[in-house]
Amino acid sequence: MQGLTYKRVSIFCGHYGSGKTNIAVNYALRMKADGIPTKIADLDIVNPYFRTKDSAEELEAAGIPLISPAFANSNVDLPALPQELYSLVQRTDHHAVLDVGGDDRGAYALGRYAPYILEENDYDMFCVVNFFRPLTKTAEEAYAVMQEVSQAAGLPFTAIINNSNLGPHTTLADVAATEREVCRLSEMAAIPVRMTTVHRPLISADTDTPYFPIDLQKKYFDIVE
Amino acid sequence: MADKVLMKGNEAIAEAAIKAGCRHYFGYPITPQTEIAAYMAKRMPKIGGTFLQAESEIAAINMVYGVAGAGFRVMTSSSSPGVSLKQEGISYIAGADLPALIVNVQRGGPGLGGIQPSQSDYFQATKGGGHGDYHLIVLAPASVQEMADLTIKAFDLSDKYRVPAMLLADGTMGQMMEPVALPDVDVAEIEKPWAVRGTKNARKHNIVNSLYLKPDELEKTNFERYERYRQIEENEVMYESFMMEDAEYCVVAFGIAARISKNAVLAARNQGIKVGLIRPITLWPFPTEVIAKAADQVKGFVSVELSMGQMIEDVRLASSCKKPVLLCNRTGGMIPTPEEVLAKISELADNT
Repeated sequence: MQGLTYKRVSIFCGHYGSGKTNIAVNYALRMKADGIPTKIADLDIVNPYFRTKDSAEELEAAGIPLISPAFANSNVDLPALPQELYSLVQRTDHHAVLDVGGDDRGAYALGRYAPYILEENDYDMFCVVNFFRPLTKTAEEAYAVMQEVSQAAGLPFTAIINNSNLGPHTTLADVAATEREVCRLSEMAAIPVRMTTVHRPLISADTDTPYFPIDLQKKYFDIVE
Repeated sequence: MADKVLMKGNEAIAEAAIKAGCRHYFGYPITPQTEIAAYMAKRMPKIGGTFLQAESEIAAINMVYGVAGAGFRVMTSSSSPGVSLKQEGISYIAGADLPALIVNVQRGGPGLGGIQPSQSDYFQATKGGGHGDYHLIVLAPASVQEMADLTIKAFDLSDKYRVPAMLLADGTMGQMMEPVALPDVDVAEIEKPWAVRGTKNARKHNIVNSLYLKPDELEKTNFERYERYRQIEENEVMYESFMMEDAEYCVVAFGIAARISKNAVLAARNQGIKVGLIRPITLWPFPTEVIAKAADQVKGFVSVELSMGQMIEDVRLASSCKKPVLLCNRTGGMIPTPEEVLAKISELADNT
């Protein structure tokens, strides 16, 4: 896909299970590959199971510092955010990618940083949506979640990311089938669709693709076909 | 758009329960199954159902007892420490011959343990758990699709035999996301002449109770219940057999452990080791006959578990200790890797 222009702060929010963490990691890697000093932060204090920290090694190898809750990936289910997070929004020498927890409950954590982000006013707040998720199957349902999240975060969304997928076996036809809903959502919310993501192997041969290629984290309990 | 949706295991349980006609959910949040409650909280009010966050797990299971007594499909869900709290109520439900669904998305124990996945509530689920002579029908899903399918199956079996059912999953199964096709369920109106729904002055009142003042009556009731258990053992055993036709070794594993083991079985086959997998889908009734038959075919078993070794006892019993049974296990929230399972299969092959 074409080159991206990056705001100083990129925030990923949306319905839980919509793929925010995966996209945030892919986006940060792309940003770094484009030569921009990047840091990524895990603000998800709602779900202790899937987190940015799962990609810690890959991020470290790419030279992207990861700020995550002290007890991430441990048995301590303690919803506390590290103080270094303030440095991401207050210091402007790095670009920041913020991976926020799902739904309004997850977005509350963003609220305390919202005043700094609004004051600097150089941010993207992406709403990640997957129309194959059972509670956001239509534009109307996705819009309702979007409004709840925006209210909780204290920030308005600036763009939509269509991350519609059915897991590793998604086809391009599946993705294309969601085009209509994401356009309707865009009209309803009066913000643009910034990108549509596709699992990289589906478009690896296509250098002219309109899609944003993403890599999925392989889990060793994936069923062998 | 495809008729599949991408769901978390926990969400699949909740939506499947609704499809199965369950309109009453009572629970108390605990990681890693909280999405079940969160999903029910969103969906139940939209379909005229009841979602109630109880003040405790004990309260929740007694609410289940009440709705089950009225003859409606009802469920609760929790994770290991919470399911321990529910045991008194589960025993009462079993003693009153009521159908209900209890979901346990297991985490590491004992005690408060941890929030990571585990299978160490196998004994609790399959051997009773609470006090008295009773069993639960215990189903163990190994995919998000099965989380949905077996939830529906659990309601059906529970109604059919008037025996409470348990869906025994683990944190990984609850949290993983996979595409699911949710079946349209034809919820047949099941006659429940025993239900407490008001007599309308047309019949003698029903009593739902687990207290018997005369020991001979209690004994008779237990005998009758065990006759139903015998029928369940005869008719309802479910398992998956994978590459067992020519197998010289047999891995036994359920749930997440079975998925990992499948990868190990394939890797072992690539090394020329003839190994297969038996995956119990019903943990009670346990696929005893299948294991017994396998014991006459194979040179040994490997039981793969996320516990200190619990199902291994049933494998040994079912195989009458005819062949060695090795244990491949991790515990406390750790998950065995396919490589660890493969190493154990190789160890078995080298020594038998």
